Amino acid sequence: MRAPRQKSKGRSGGSSAAGRRVALPKVPSGIRGLDEITVGGLPRGRPTLVCGGAGCGKTLFAMEFLVRGAADYGEPGVFIAFEETAEELAANVASLGFDLAALEAEKKLAIDFVYVERSEIEETGEYNLEGLFVRIQHAIDTVGAKRIVLDTIETLFSALPNPLVLRAELRRLFRWFKERGLTVVLTGEKGEGTLTRQGLEEYVSDCVIFLDHRIVEQTSTRRLRVVKYRGTFHGTNEYPFLIDEGGISILPLTSLGLDHQGYTERVSSGIPRLDEMLGGKGYFKGSTVLVSGTAGTGKTSVAALFARAACMRGERCLFFAFEEAAAQLARNMLSIGIDLAPYERNGRLKIIASRPTATGLEAHLVEMHRAVSEFDPDVVVVDPITNLIMAGTAPDTQSMMIRLIDFLKMRGTTTFFTSLTSGGEATETSEVNISSLIDTWLLLQVVRSGGERNRTLTIIKSRGMSHSNQATEYRLSDSGFELVDIYLGAGGVLTGSARLAKEAEDRAALTASAELIARTEQERQRRREALERRIVELREQFNVDDEKLARSIEEEVRRRDRLASDRHAMGESRRAFGSGRNTNGRRQTKVERP
Amino acid sequence: MTRQAHQPKPAKVAARWELRLYIAGQTAKCVAAIRNLERLCEEHLKGQYSIEVIDLLKNPRLAAGDQILAVPTLVRKLPQPMKKIIGDLSNEERVLVGLDIRPMEGQEA
Repeated sequence: MRAPRQKSKGRSGGSSAAGRRVALPKVPSGIRGLDEITVGGLPRGRPTLVCGGAGCGKTLFAMEFLVRGAADYGEPGVFIAFEETAEELAANVASLGFDLAALEAEKKLAIDFVYVERSEIEETGEYNLEGLFVRIQHAIDTVGAKRIVLDTIETLFSALPNPLVLRAELRRLFRWFKERGLTVVLTGEKGEGTLTRQGLEEYVSDCVIFLDHRIVEQTSTRRLRVVKYRGTFHGTNEYPFLIDEGGISILPLTSLGLDHQGYTERVSSGIPRLDEMLGGKGYFKGSTVLVSGTAGTGKTSVAALFARAACMRGERCLFFAFEEAAAQLARNMLSIGIDLAPYERNGRLKIIASRPTATGLEAHLVEMHRAVSEFDPDVVVVDPITNLIMAGTAPDTQSMMIRLIDFLKMRGTTTFFTSLTSGGEATETSEVNISSLIDTWLLLQVVRSGGERNRTLTIIKSRGMSHSNQATEYRLSDSGFELVDIYLGAGGVLTGSARLAKEAEDRAALTASAELIARTEQERQRRREALERRIVELREQFNVDDEKLARSIEEEVRRRDRLASDRHAMGESRRAFGSGRNTNGRRQTKVERP
Repeated sequence: MTRQAHQPKPAKVAARWELRLYIAGQTAKCVAAIRNLERLCEEHLKGQYSIEVIDLLKNPRLAAGDQILAVPTLVRKLPQPMKKIIGDLSNEERVLVGLDIRPMEGQEA
């Protein structure tokens, strides 16, 4: 009897646990990025503890959870404040765009300020916290709350003389919340070596989120970590987050896989010659392009050309400038004939300039993340990506970059990074070590020779297309960015005036050889003509001689005939016998004989 | 010394003790608190006090006004300054100290 029951109990327990894991009900927090990390939001009908040090954003986190719930998800909320009055809270979050008064008026939000001061209270016997519960319940009932925030319940520990009573009552409170199916967020101050000073985590076993505000190398970064989330998969990393005029934004970075689309569409680089070098069509849409080079190689110009080309195609371009102010950038680009102003005016181009050191790397990335989400660009330019590294510490940077690139790739955004390499470094390692993430990598180099610095462009790699392996020289001038073939010859690679000199030399040699050919040809012609003239002369001479000789033959024949006829006539006249024998010989005789 | 003996006397005559007891339903603690309070007042403040019992289950709104957390809570509205005592008032000495009623004076009265 007992055995089968145990079995069935075990089985049902197991299946229900499995069922819970699959379908643990969650409420979307509405906080940007958090729902991705937690795969859906906070546990519905359960408490979540948000803890961290002073100024880490706990109250704001909790408030945003309520405001988003009330405004976006139709879940009214109650904020039980132990530290600030309702007015103070409203003023504090107004700068983040939350209008608490309006939500209160719409009965979507109730704020109750619970004030306790130790000195006012004398304990005279047994008591419980029913008064607080009544207040909370009243607040919940007035708005029909689904979400509730306690910020922060720890003040009760200093206000009430008997912690034992308090703990027992808190346990009762949380049980009651669970019974009512309320999703609770409670905040707690970080303690020494513990998550919260008063051990609040003992009441909250479902979800614990830790906020951290730390200073690394003089720059502050805020990070969030889901310490625990019972019964569900969640991102376990520390995620950077940002508090700004839009509330909290968390960068949900590593949740992304490698499953972005492979576009076959091509986009022009904005430099026709470069397009030619890139298989004749330019970059792939959605690819990541890196231009690296030392200072003054024209990286920004290449970036600006690409940005302009995108705008000319009618695409939207977001340009993050970490070196120059927007106005300065526009001016400098204008000096090489790239006018960005019209595109800024028509809203296709947005330049966001900020100091890399203004905030931590994470904050920058969160900001970029948000800007990209808001502006929805086809093309994103980051100039230069290396300046961001100044904002962060080296080990963080790479993973941050990977996350950013992944995010942009997922969106199908063509990304253009410039990277400043310092002079002494091997040029084919980019400082961020993100080369494996880069699809097309252009290297701008300075070749120093003959007292001048000349610039060459090489395509180090370009995935998925045939591309030129030829280093090309380029010039920046009023007319823009100009690519010219460099001199490749026996003397090696020549650029700049050395190239010009060598080219001139080559031209001279060519001319000389052409002249020689012409001269020889002329000589040949002359000789042939001379010969032919002589042939004509000789032929004429020959004709003359020939005629003369023919005439003399004729004369001689005539003379002979005359002699013969004369002799015959003489013979006739003498009537001599055998005259025929003398004249015609035997033949004549023979003829006459028959 | 003499001043101390003199001063409370006129004050006490003029003083009106306005007390408010917050309870939540008829729980054992609340019932005990009411009983204890009435007994104490009769003993020490006869004729000079008024007690208002507020049941928060019936009037939850009123909890916010006096910042009530614990139940039962006794609030001394008058004389000023306001004082709060929590618990079922079973510890008489602490109640008297908390309300600034000296048992000595009470006996005199």
